[in-house]
Amino acid sequence: MFKIVHREEMSDGTVILNEIEALKIARKAKPGQFVILKANETGERIPLTMAETDPEKGTITIIYQVVGKSTALFKTLQVGDGYQDVIGPLGKPTHIQKLGKVVCVGGGTGIAVLHPITRALKEVGNHVICIIGARSKDLLILEDRMKAASHELLVCTDDGSYGHHGFVTDVLKEVLEREKIDQVVAIGPVPMMKFVSKMTKEYNVRTLVSLNPIMVDGTGMCGGCRVTVGGQTKFACVDGPEFDGHQVDYDELMLRLQAYCEDEKQCYEEFCIMDS
Amino acid sequence: MAEEATKTPKREKIPRQPMPEQEPKVRAKNFDEVPFGYSPETAMKEAERCLQCKKPSCVPGCPVGIDIPGFIKLIKEGEFTQSIRKLWEMNSLPAVCGRVCPQEIQCEGLCIVGKKGDPVAIGNLERFAADWERENGTGALPPKADPTGKKVAVVGSGPAGLTVAGDLIAKGHDVTVFEAFHKPGGVLLYGIPEFRLPKEIVAQEVNFLERLGVKVECNQVVGRTITVDELFEEGYDAVFVGVGAGLPTFLNVPGKNLIGIYSANEYLTRSNLMKAYRFPEYDTPIIRGKNVVTLGAGNVAMDSARTALRLGAEKSRIVYRRSRVEVPARSAEVHHAEEEGVEFFFLAAPTKFIGDDKGRVVGMECLKMELGEPDASGRRRPVAIDGSEFELECDLVIVAVGTGANPLLTRSTEGLELNKWGYIQVEEKTNKTTKKGVWAGGDIVTGSATVILAMGAGRIAANSIHDYLTWGW
Ligand SMILES: Cc1cc2nc3c(=O)[nH]c(=O)nc-3n(C[C@H](O)[C@H](O)[C@H](O)COP(=O)(O)OP(=O)(O)OC[C@H]3O[C@@H](n4cnc5c(N)ncnc54)[C@H](O)[C@@H]3O)c2cc1C
Ligand SMILES: Cc1cc2nc3c(=O)[nH]c(=O)nc-3n(C[C@H](O)[C@H](O)[C@H](O)COP(=O)(O)OP(=O)(O)OC[C@H]3O[C@@H](n4cnc5c(N)ncnc54)[C@H](O)[C@@H]3O)c2cc1C
Ligand code: SF4
Ligand code: SF4
Ligand code: FES
Repeated sequence: MFKIVHREEMSDGTVILNEIEALKIARKAKPGQFVILKANETGERIPLTMAETDPEKGTITIIYQVVGKSTALFKTLQVGDGYQDVIGPLGKPTHIQKLGKVVCVGGGTGIAVLHPITRALKEVGNHVICIIGARSKDLLILEDRMKAASHELLVCTDDGSYGHHGFVTDVLKEVLEREKIDQVVAIGPVPMMKFVSKMTKEYNVRTLVSLNPIMVDGTGMCGGCRVTVGGQTKFACVDGPEFDGHQVDYDELMLRLQAYCEDEKQCYEEFCIMDS
Repeated sequence: MAEEATKTPKREKIPRQPMPEQEPKVRAKNFDEVPFGYSPETAMKEAERCLQCKKPSCVPGCPVGIDIPGFIKLIKEGEFTQSIRKLWEMNSLPAVCGRVCPQEIQCEGLCIVGKKGDPVAIGNLERFAADWERENGTGALPPKADPTGKKVAVVGSGPAGLTVAGDLIAKGHDVTVFEAFHKPGGVLLYGIPEFRLPKEIVAQEVNFLERLGVKVECNQVVGRTITVDELFEEGYDAVFVGVGAGLPTFLNVPGKNLIGIYSANEYLTRSNLMKAYRFPEYDTPIIRGKNVVTLGAGNVAMDSARTALRLGAEKSRIVYRRSRVEVPARSAEVHHAEEEGVEFFFLAAPTKFIGDDKGRVVGMECLKMELGEPDASGRRRPVAIDGSEFELECDLVIVAVGTGANPLLTRSTEGLELNKWGYIQVEEKTNKTTKKGVWAGGDIVTGSATVILAMGAGRIAANSIHDYLTWGW
């Protein structure tokens, strides 16, 4: 069992942080990599990015949004409980290099995924501007940590309850107009990544996105995570999860994410009934 | 029956004993094993049919050289415990091999009795001996050599890896198996369905090795969690790589990424390993097509098409670009599939998948084929017939047209020479790789083959590893 040693609820209890004992993974993991977790015998294998690792303590931290049955089940796990299986580190690490000025754009729980990458980009000497957004103030996560990990933090909310009123793309546009940017990293909901990429393409700024297709094994043996990038089929779990944002077929990804909609609803509803 | 009880019929007169099995209509709706297995009486009667040849022609047909007349004689005499011990001398997974070996092209294909009639049911007998031991045996462990103090890492827990582990633990080495999935067994677990190979049997085989002292560490993706070089740094003296050939192939035709197009790997893994067939009791979902097409005609395709029936398909069809004679699956599986209602479309290949506005597959366009000149594999190459397009409706497509070498481990290991398809190069007699202290075997060397060939490769590597640990490289 992989024990939970620390747990936090954020964003009105819709986002949960777990710090988990996983020595081997903690020592090996690099920014941008993910793990697959399975709560119990009947559980599903769920991919989540490591938001933090502590090689000394031997722990990894995941931050996830409760969206369906499996994440709702994860939410019931308390400190001292654990996951039956944690597999990783999976995926290619982010290619961290000194480029100059970098903008990191994060939306929703994508901010958690973005955090270690932002920090690493700053550590190697980039000037890092961070733009994070959420639907409203209550749903915004990791503001403090993102502030510490960057040189400049810009916040926006869809409803205007905090920071700039509007989408991250609005703020990004201002930044791109204002100065020359060497790279953008965008992680968040697929539509957000799609629109960020569309915009940065106009400004001709290299853009990295992190894709989250449905996965099973995470080692390249099922092909369930396939995405089309630059007209070619790639397996996000081994070739990614990061890709050149200008090359990704986002519409296909959005459709593929809906593959189990009906089943998931059924599973979630039954779980909620049982849980209450 | 009464007649048979009074006088023993002449050996030649005993027909091959049929395997009792579930009715096709019934079994096509459940995941229980199809054949029930022989009773002791039936097994002894079948064993009677073996001529106990002095120079048995069947033995060279078995890739691990089991003493076939030997184990069959012991069944005939009712010495089941002795019989299983005879099998174990050469084969550590007889319950598995008896069920899944393509006997018709191996041992049974060469049996002399088969020249004039039906060959001796070697596979069924092997299965019987193993099942009898599992159900009635003492569970006594075979003897083990004194500890040598040498540590061996086995990467992958498929039949190749399990064989290496079993052989080396018996020789006194300290063996740890590293498996990427959360459960051990390789294809035996995630690929071959419950109705053909109950997972309980795989679990018991692994448990047997664990009782012998083999350590099994799951959730270890070698190449990611730990690398081969790090295994040496951790004090392992030798490493065996048996990671299989698990990279799925998709057909490069328009629409290949529509929802409802699975690789067989994904479909079978969801169903077998994740138990999606018991959704929502188990959390992993699977698309349950009503009108299913499986592409390909190997064992993997048969397993997929038969799984689809069990998951509620009204129609389960196999589309294969060659003809019936080229079908590579075990004949028993083709027979079972047909009995259960799987339909075959020979000499046809898809050219396009058609989707609806939600991105879900609703049909496919195919071309008819004819067989032309033989290709490199010696099989006649299918050639498309111009203008022969036709459409098939379907809401689920399972692509079972073969797999390739997964580069995850090989790319992270320096000094491991690969062939042009990405499979690991080994020295034939020893299964040594080009990297010192590293052996390989099974599908990652040969490409997709069979359980027994993977085991045979494991045996060769285990012997060579033992020599190395005793004498040096
Ligand atoms: C590499 C990677 C990293 C990720 N990192 C994070 C993270 O750090 N934080 C976070 O909140 N989420 C992350 N996700 C998404 C997360 O895996 C899904 O939200 C989760 O699987 C939903 O499971 P569920 O059963 O709770 O919801 P469900 O009801 O099953 O599904 C809700 C939606 O989640 C998606 N989904 C379902 N199953 C899977 C699966 N096995 N793999 C991927 N997506 C699935 C589908 O689009 C589905 O419609 C990541 C996904 C990937 C592939
Ligand atoms: C659906 C299906 C049906 C089949 N039916 C038959 C049949 O009826 N008869 C027959 O003889 N053969 C059959 N085969 C073929 C047979 O199963 C294989 O040839 C055999 O299993 C190969 O054994 P292996 O040990 O080389 O590899 P595998 O059984 O593939 O095992 C490899 C193991 O290594 C693990 N692994 C992979 N990469 C890593 C890594 N980086 N780190 C750690 N672990 C890793 C995998 O998860 C897996 O558990 C079938 C195959 C399939 C897919
Ligand atoms: S292991 Fe396979 S080939 Fe060998 S005797 Fe048994 S069934 Fe036949
Ligand atoms: S060839 Fe057939 S009859 Fe002869 S020993 Fe083998 S199984 Fe028996
Ligand atoms: S998750 Fe199976 S290949 Fe990527």
